[in-house]
Amino acid sequence: MAVDPIEQFQIHNLFPVATVGHTEIFFTNSAAFMLAAVAGITAFLLIGTTKRSLVPTRLQSAAELAYEFVATTLRGTAGSEGMKFFPFIFTLFMFILTVNMIGLIPYTFTVTSHIIITAALAITVFLTVVVYGLVRHGLHFFNLFVPKGVPIYILPLIVFIEVLSFISRPISHSVRLFANMLAGHITLQVFAGFIILMGTGLGAIGWAASVLPFALVVILFALETLVAFLQAYVFAILTCIYLNDAIHPGH
Amino acid sequence: MADGTHGPGDRKDPPDDEAQLSARLQRLGERLGNASRASENATSPRQTADMSAFARGFRLSTELVAGVVVGALIGWLLDRWLGISPWGLIVFLLFGFAAGILNVMRAAGVVRDRQL
Repeated sequence: MAVDPIEQFQIHNLFPVATVGHTEIFFTNSAAFMLAAVAGITAFLLIGTTKRSLVPTRLQSAAELAYEFVATTLRGTAGSEGMKFFPFIFTLFMFILTVNMIGLIPYTFTVTSHIIITAALAITVFLTVVVYGLVRHGLHFFNLFVPKGVPIYILPLIVFIEVLSFISRPISHSVRLFANMLAGHITLQVFAGFIILMGTGLGAIGWAASVLPFALVVILFALETLVAFLQAYVFAILTCIYLNDAIHPGH
Repeated sequence: MADGTHGPGDRKDPPDDEAQLSARLQRLGERLGNASRASENATSPRQTADMSAFARGFRLSTELVAGVVVGALIGWLLDRWLGISPWGLIVFLLFGFAAGILNVMRAAGVVRDRQL
């Protein structure tokens, strides 16, 4: 029996929550895993930081490490002024990281493998950048689209391309995370399916030969763990870079 | 509760120990403050992050695709609204491609941001 590699991304309705117009809104397995991730992060940080001992325990150490990691990234990309966005970046990073890591556990659901989730996150970032930039700098924010030292006769063209490049940000931001998670999980499932296929199809020789796909699954799993962390990091650092544009436009 | 400090048995007077500790903590705090101020003073934000080659490659490809997709989408919508098919798509696809290339060059650090 072949394993369907897409089945893991199925959304199931668990129970109805509310009715808006004629559409019933359901609590889905995706929502359940998001809630689990938020609960996990909250528990981790609360338990880790309640004691606040001078010599940290392992959990406190991990919590401090997470804080330091995000704070260094943010300060390095957006300067010390960017630290007012620290709660936002930290939430994004921890949420994506936890959700990705939970998705690696067999039989769980990967929330970030659906583009609606990553697009919602990316649009939130995009709107934050635009709104904060406009509130903070007013119309000077649009200096972002006017590079210095460009001859006046090609300026309209350049500004136009800059605007398009700016609009394309949330798309590349969301597609990157979603595509990485989707592709990785499909690959894992396909190779894991080979083990079953070879074993049931070819008998004893098949089981012996299935060591090869099994080894590949182990290697791929390690790679996926790296990707899960890296994509959370890339999402966070790009958010920092975009916020840097809102904080210091036109330099 | 134990506050994490090891209580040394051979020391006679705990108050002195506490004072010493707080003095050391204060010095550490000053040093940390200096260090963080130094890093804050580096005003030029670091644009290139160190990440694995795989992530970098993936980032560059999505940047290009996103530019083209945005151009195509705007062109297609303009065609539908203004009825100028296929010119909107053609022109905006080209602009989108240019924007995508600009994104890639920025992401790769070939072009320093904001000075083309």
